[in-house]
Amino acid sequence: MNHSSERAASTYLTGFVLAVILTAIPFALVWGGLLTGPAVYAVIAVAAVIQVLVHLIFFLHLDLKSTPGENLFFLGFAAVLIFIMVGGSLWIMIDLHHRMM
Amino acid sequence: MTDMSTTADVLEHEEAKSLEAREFGFWVYLMTDAVIFALLFASYVVLSNNSAAGPTSKDLFDLGHTAGETALLLLSSLTFGFATIAMSAGQAGRVVQWLIVSMVLGLGFLAMELIEFHGMIAAGAGPGTSGFLSAFFTLVGTHGLHVTFGAIGICVMIGQVLVKGLTLPVRSRLIRLGLFWHFLDIVWIGIFSVVYLPGVM
Amino acid sequence: MLGRLTFDAIPLYSWVAMGGAAVTVGGGLAVFLLITYLRAWKVLWTDWLTSVDHKKIGIMYVVLALVMLARGFVDALMMRAQQAIALNNDGYLPAEHFEQIFSSHGTIMIFFVAMPFLTGLINIIVPQQIGARDVAFPFLNSVSLFLTAAGAGLVLISLVIGKFSTAGWTGYPPYSGIDYNPGVGVDYWLWALIVSGVGSTMTGINFIVTIVKNRCPGMTYMRMPLFTWTALCISVLIAFAFPALTVVAAQLVLDRTLGFHFFTNGDGGNMMMFANLLWIWGHPEVYILILPAFGIFSEVVATFSRKRLFGYKSLVYATACIAILSFTVWLHHFFTMGSSANVNAVFGIATMIIAVPTGVKIFDWMFTMYRGRIEFHPSMVFTIGFMVTFVIGGVTGVLLALPPADYLMHNSTFLVAHFHNMLIPGALFGYFAGLNYWFPKAFGFKLDAKWGIRSFWFWIVGFYLAFMPLYVLGFMGMSRRMEHYADPTWQPYLIVAALGAVCILCGIICIAVQLYVSARNWGSARDTTGDPWNGRTLEWATSSPPAPYNFAILPEVRDLDAFHDMKIKGTAYQAPTSYEDIVMPKSSGLGPVLGALGFALGFAMVWYIWWLAALCLVLALVCIGIRACDDDTEYVIPASEVAAIENVRLAQITPADMHDMRDFLPRGAASGAALPGRA
Repeated sequence: MNHSSERAASTYLTGFVLAVILTAIPFALVWGGLLTGPAVYAVIAVAAVIQVLVHLIFFLHLDLKSTPGENLFFLGFAAVLIFIMVGGSLWIMIDLHHRMM
Repeated sequence: MTDMSTTADVLEHEEAKSLEAREFGFWVYLMTDAVIFALLFASYVVLSNNSAAGPTSKDLFDLGHTAGETALLLLSSLTFGFATIAMSAGQAGRVVQWLIVSMVLGLGFLAMELIEFHGMIAAGAGPGTSGFLSAFFTLVGTHGLHVTFGAIGICVMIGQVLVKGLTLPVRSRLIRLGLFWHFLDIVWIGIFSVVYLPGVM
Repeated sequence: MLGRLTFDAIPLYSWVAMGGAAVTVGGGLAVFLLITYLRAWKVLWTDWLTSVDHKKIGIMYVVLALVMLARGFVDALMMRAQQAIALNNDGYLPAEHFEQIFSSHGTIMIFFVAMPFLTGLINIIVPQQIGARDVAFPFLNSVSLFLTAAGAGLVLISLVIGKFSTAGWTGYPPYSGIDYNPGVGVDYWLWALIVSGVGSTMTGINFIVTIVKNRCPGMTYMRMPLFTWTALCISVLIAFAFPALTVVAAQLVLDRTLGFHFFTNGDGGNMMMFANLLWIWGHPEVYILILPAFGIFSEVVATFSRKRLFGYKSLVYATACIAILSFTVWLHHFFTMGSSANVNAVFGIATMIIAVPTGVKIFDWMFTMYRGRIEFHPSMVFTIGFMVTFVIGGVTGVLLALPPADYLMHNSTFLVAHFHNMLIPGALFGYFAGLNYWFPKAFGFKLDAKWGIRSFWFWIVGFYLAFMPLYVLGFMGMSRRMEHYADPTWQPYLIVAALGAVCILCGIICIAVQLYVSARNWGSARDTTGDPWNGRTLEWATSSPPAPYNFAILPEVRDLDAFHDMKIKGTAYQAPTSYEDIVMPKSSGLGPVLGALGFALGFAMVWYIWWLAALCLVLALVCIGIRACDDDTEYVIPASEVAAIENVRLAQITPADMHDMRDFLPRGAASGAALPGRA
């Protein structure tokens, strides 16, 4: 019992450290003005996506083996739908914006 | 007497099954909530440049403040994790301690957010000023509202742990509340990456 | 104290509004007096309103749908009458009333007829089809019902206190914004949508969990009846599409109530974002309404053709395909917004692709009928009527999917004809087929077939008369929602359409007569076996109406047509060696209380009665808190009681009641002789 709870604690701590690092990188870039242009957006986006995965794996204990299949299915389905809805909305509205100029 | 015990067994067996269903149902609920946030993000991105001669994001956002909020929320996620660990070890007292720490951190986050909102409204940058600010207040406010409900949930959970102890239903509720709390931290990653960081550039 | 609610809200200003208010109040009063006369208040409360039994909740949903169908149809009749006479004159309806009527017609028919009807049928049938004792979250189910009813109540009360929206059922800004629509109408519309939308979302989550977790042993995904498959797909659609409606409605509420600028003309609003978000919900919603009907048609066509469903797997894949594709086509509702050709082309092509899985389904049903022994039961007749009529709607849909053609047809009566052509045969005929098919399952006696056939003929003839002229009028250039017009060549078509509406009225009256006649003669049409049609799926294995627990012993499924298989093998109607205790959920009064709070919250927000809104929110939170701490929500039916109920049931079934299954026995290849087994 004690052993497994130590391991669980180390999981949370690993996740926490990774999350801090992945938060610090974009904040530092923007704060310090180290990068400019589209590259900053790319770094922010990549760091955010990785950090979401870190949270899912280390805090929500998502695991391709132990998590029930239906939970993974709905997570994947939600990700696809969010991509369609948000991506589609932005595509439509930005396209419209350009045509209104 | 035997009749009584079998009845209790049947109920207990059914309870375990229904708790499993609840955990899955809560997961599906979180996915629907994620869609709500996704569409609020989409609205924000579409409206983020429509500041209508009012203040822009550059004028309003303070990255230091955001970093503070991020730190509080991330720490509370970690402490909630410790509460979950204490729960698996069966230490009710530890669970309550960590829950209190998580709630205090959550309330600190809410206080910082309210200070930010109050400052903006006082500076004439309320939600009625422009499309940009409407979308900003709605997105960040909805997240704040969720944190508020989460904090209320933690209060109720502390009460349940103290009164009922770590029974099976209480454990299940604690796990679900934990999912909710971690989920809000994930949404916050989106908020600082989509709203605050690009906003100050 | 009462916000903007004053005596002026009572519609003393016009006879049309007074009439509507009088009918609504009179109807409510009549129901109140009837229940009091029957001394049924206690029974109503303890056996129905507080019940969390999925069968009773389903029946209440269907009753709500039928009541609202009457209201929504009166709106339709009034519109048709107005357009039939309003050539170069104002007709009998002032413009503002006409606008309220077309807005409420659309809102009611989509949200408070189609949604509760399909939810009700799913509630009654799905747990039985998968061999479950109840849904996963029975209490949540009750809350969903009463939130839907609260939304319907808000639409109904808008006739008596204040006005309804004049902005159409889609309520596009800026017209639905506070600047152009300062009254309470749009707020009634918004709060009805939000309150009932929350209920629908919870229903979606509930049935996802029910179907994923509560299937009986042996019921694999590929052995689920097709109606259950469609129910699973639309539950997923509801859970993922309704959040979009909640978001867009909440944003418009913020615009209207707190002066936000999401969709306003000035100050950085973007009104096209409203159309975008609304249809992200709106297009999946079309399939939420239609897919369950497809499921019903699949069950009915197999049962009444006496054949196994043709192409079960292709029907499952087609359903799943439609469900996913339905999220990728929403822009076709606003091609004329003016996106670039690339955007319009992508969404146009995606729209046309949906026709492919739908076509697959039509062929599957036809092949199921091919060489079947078809029995023309009312539900089968509705199914055949659907197949013929729906194809026309599908073809006009593919036509509208072409962006250049859509530019000509947009907002014309051609569009109105198209979507009625999808929803009346595609959804409503399916629900009526389900009503005729499953009525004995819910009540224990069959519906009168003669009146069912009559209602079908009135409906289908009325449908063609009412909507074929609208296709023509669309080509002739008539816009939808016209209160009056000046082109005399339109009038003959509009008169025919009005006659069609009268014909449909006869169809609705026939359904009422059918219910009355069947209830009067119920003793002679009783269903003792629980299997009146020689059905194939598991819901027919229980008694009609089923005991609260549905199945005394959870069945074990070995085939797609589970009950058909049991009958052939001779394992149906067998008493088990022993019964066991069954755990069932306790009734709860919190469902109706939360529904009432939802209604009061909506009403308070419409009239700006802030203290009442805050009070309702706090009370709702308290109710949820009470429920969240409650560990004692179930009770046990002892095995002895179960045995008593089951023995009475099995004793009633005589061999003469059972269906002769000899024709269905598997036969040896060469001799043609029946293989050993018992029917």
